[in-house]
Amino acid sequence: MSIDDQTFDPPTSNGVTPQAPGRVRLRTDPLPGVIGSPAATESAAESHFHLAPDVVFDSENVGIFYGSKQALIDVTMRIRRGQVTALIGPSGCGKTTFLRSLNRMNDSIPGFRIEGSINYHGHDIYGSNVDTVEVRRRIGMVFQKPNPFPKSIFDNIAWAPRNLGMRQGLHERVEKALRGAALWDEVKDRLKDSALGLSGGQQQRLCIARAIAIEPDVLLLDEPASALDPIATGAIEDLIHTLKGRFTIVIVTHNMQQAARVADRTAFFSLETRGEKPIGTLIEFDETEKIFGSPRDPRTRDYVTGRFG
Amino acid sequence: MRLLPSRRDPSLDFDPTQPLVATGNLRRRNAVSRVIQGLAVAAAIGAVAVLVIVVWAVVSHGAEAISWEFITTGAPNGVGPDLVGTGIIVGIATLIATPIGVLIALFLTEYAGRRTTRPVQIMLDVLNGMPSIIIAVFIYILIVARTHKESGLAGAIALSIIMVPLIARGTQEVLNLVPKPQREAADALGVARWRSVLTIILPAAMAGIITSTLLSIARAAGETAPLLLISSLFTDTTFQLNPLEALPNVPVRIFQLSEEANPEGFTKAWGLSLILIAIILTLGLGSRALLNRSKRKMTR
Amino acid sequence: MSATPPAGSASLKLARSNRQSDSRKRADRVGDITLRLICTAAALLAAVVLILIAKEVFEGAQPAFSKYGFSFLTSHEWAPPLEKFGGEGLIFGTLITSAMALLIGAPVAISIAVFLALLAPVGVRNVISPLVEMLAAVPSVILGFWGVLILGPVLANNVEPFLHDNFGFIPLFGAPQTTGSSIFNAGLILTIMVIPIIASVSRDLFMAVPRELQDGAAALGSTRWEVIRGVVLPSTFSGLIAACLLGLGRALGEAIAVSQVIGGATESHISLFKTGGTLASIIALQFPSAVSALHTASLYYCAALLLVIGVTANLLASWVGYRFSNAGAVAR
Repeated sequence: MSIDDQTFDPPTSNGVTPQAPGRVRLRTDPLPGVIGSPAATESAAESHFHLAPDVVFDSENVGIFYGSKQALIDVTMRIRRGQVTALIGPSGCGKTTFLRSLNRMNDSIPGFRIEGSINYHGHDIYGSNVDTVEVRRRIGMVFQKPNPFPKSIFDNIAWAPRNLGMRQGLHERVEKALRGAALWDEVKDRLKDSALGLSGGQQQRLCIARAIAIEPDVLLLDEPASALDPIATGAIEDLIHTLKGRFTIVIVTHNMQQAARVADRTAFFSLETRGEKPIGTLIEFDETEKIFGSPRDPRTRDYVTGRFG
Repeated sequence: MRLLPSRRDPSLDFDPTQPLVATGNLRRRNAVSRVIQGLAVAAAIGAVAVLVIVVWAVVSHGAEAISWEFITTGAPNGVGPDLVGTGIIVGIATLIATPIGVLIALFLTEYAGRRTTRPVQIMLDVLNGMPSIIIAVFIYILIVARTHKESGLAGAIALSIIMVPLIARGTQEVLNLVPKPQREAADALGVARWRSVLTIILPAAMAGIITSTLLSIARAAGETAPLLLISSLFTDTTFQLNPLEALPNVPVRIFQLSEEANPEGFTKAWGLSLILIAIILTLGLGSRALLNRSKRKMTR
Repeated sequence: MSATPPAGSASLKLARSNRQSDSRKRADRVGDITLRLICTAAALLAAVVLILIAKEVFEGAQPAFSKYGFSFLTSHEWAPPLEKFGGEGLIFGTLITSAMALLIGAPVAISIAVFLALLAPVGVRNVISPLVEMLAAVPSVILGFWGVLILGPVLANNVEPFLHDNFGFIPLFGAPQTTGSSIFNAGLILTIMVIPIIASVSRDLFMAVPRELQDGAAALGSTRWEVIRGVVLPSTFSGLIAACLLGLGRALGEAIAVSQVIGGATESHISLFKTGGTLASIIALQFPSAVSALHTASLYYCAALLLVIGVTANLLASWVGYRFSNAGAVAR
């Protein structure tokens, strides 16, 4: 499949594909401290902004090791607020590793070591005074395989807000999160039922609802639709469009078309032989249209045209 | 789609650009988490401490009793007959229990259908959890009361009832580990079931069988209740070897010495305890080493 | 397989192998049947033994049961010389010592399991786990001996007076004994026995909780304890119950160590510091020197009660454990 065969929906001004009728963009709450609110425009072309949106993540020469084995090398990129940034590439080249290091979920893996720096709003995530719980409160994550808790649907969503001290308004918060995840209508009559009784696609949307219920700053999505059937996948992608702007989203996917559909900017990771062994690294990072339409690196071109991958 | 007004909960407000230190109620929650983790560590340390205290007491009090004379002569200075008696009783028990345990395990893995597996497993679990005093009473009624005689053999039978569930369970776990390809290869070659069991399956599971046998010996060696009722009328001044009579044995001796108010007896009891714990420890470590070696072989 | 033989000898070989296979087939069938028979016989033997145990114990208790009926459970006078036997004190002692062992032991054991499975680095776990299991390997007679000689005096001289002086308003903490043999001592020894059992089973349960579930909770900005409390404990709940029931079975049935430290009384009191007796310990203490047939029958009655309670605890543990693993399978 070549680039020319791909049908592209030109991004509309609010990033929503025209074929999704009845989809309503949720009102974006501009968060304090933001210059150039992304609610103004969300076009992937940044020249429309007066100022480029804030940098949320600034990674500088990041290298990641598991013991003596190096999984990732030389990743330097900036992820901007309110956008959807996709990480694509063949399996095993460090996309998920990099994603998980954005909210310190790699800490529990034995032998994990990071070089370089990842700054979140200017603060080093791996700094010495950093509280990892606080990191994860601000930077949420949805995993590849849906992992609902063995509790009721309501309790799944309400659990983290309760921990954070919220006592009142739980019902409203749960409803808002479920609506935000496009799941409310399907479950509103059975909130007390076990979450394990939902279908795969519903469970994944539940996990998304669970993540947005505490209103994090960033949402990290690790191949959120890879375990789901195509219809459920479509629902997830629609969801990402509606969440964009309200959250900064970083999504790992090995489905290129998905990246093309949802992402403002796309980062292509691949293996590069450094010394003896191939190590994962960032090959190219640009606006999605450029990556898919006119990639600079030949390896990127090979991947997005399906010549390997 | 009508949206409810967004009602921000003050406790959920935060400024993402602030440093990544605990905000809101996180400091308190972190403290709670740390306290609980501390309690868990304390519990683990406490358990190890109790073990150390008990073993240390046995070692420090028992070491002074140990001597060549202690091990090789009978009462009043030595406990040799008790050691030999335990050896005989546990030996007979092992000879009875191991085949039966392995056969039951084979039954579960080779012959039990879906309807028979669960009841047999439950039976084994019940047998495993049966208080040894009840097994003691049972054998007493069954054999001792009828023959009007205590005997080491009856004691061995009681111990074997305790050992069988352990051996069966351990063997069953190992039998289940035998890779399916090995079993299916035998079937495909037209080899009879009994041949493949004897020549392929059992040898592959041998390490596990030995391990669970060793562990059950360690358990049986320390069992007092059965022998207290079934093999406690003996003299232990001389070595006794006839299992048809009551045989002196280690756990009953420790029990008797602990009930008398005789300090010299206490020293002997400590010495016996030390020997018993040493044997159990060796069996435990040995079986663990064997298990590790066989695991490495199987995963290669 | 061997190379094809020259044509002439092929039929000869085939004939020979056919003959061999006939007798071989017969041997195989006999062997298969024999193996199946002895395996089934072994399993049947286990069943027979179980049934026999129940039968003999209940039959042995018959004389006492026909004399006392169920009033044995509520009468607490136990005087062998007077031919009077009542088991209430022993039942009470059994319940109190086991309850103490479980109330103290279960939380401690589960904390240990949390540490080993969820908090400790692998190296630490590989050292401490075997040590905890080693605690279970100490024979009860040695623990009882240690309890009498070492723990007893410490309790009598330090712990019991302290508890009585400061908390004496609670009837549990009555006047201490001088010997150190008491229900309290027995309860502590049982606690030590029960902890490794509950800890090992719980540890295995915790280690089986999927990583993704814990990651999911952690990714919502939860502390370590919140992850444990919110995800690990709830998903292992019925397994933990089964583990505690296993520990309970152990505590109920322990005869030797308890008999060494509980003081050999036949009445149990609310004060932990008094001497007492349990169903199991009375059998161990009085059986070898029973004075009369009724005495022996009464002890069999105690054994029968113990059998019922012990088997019930075990069956409950199996049933709860089975339901748990089933539910887990469904959830997956």
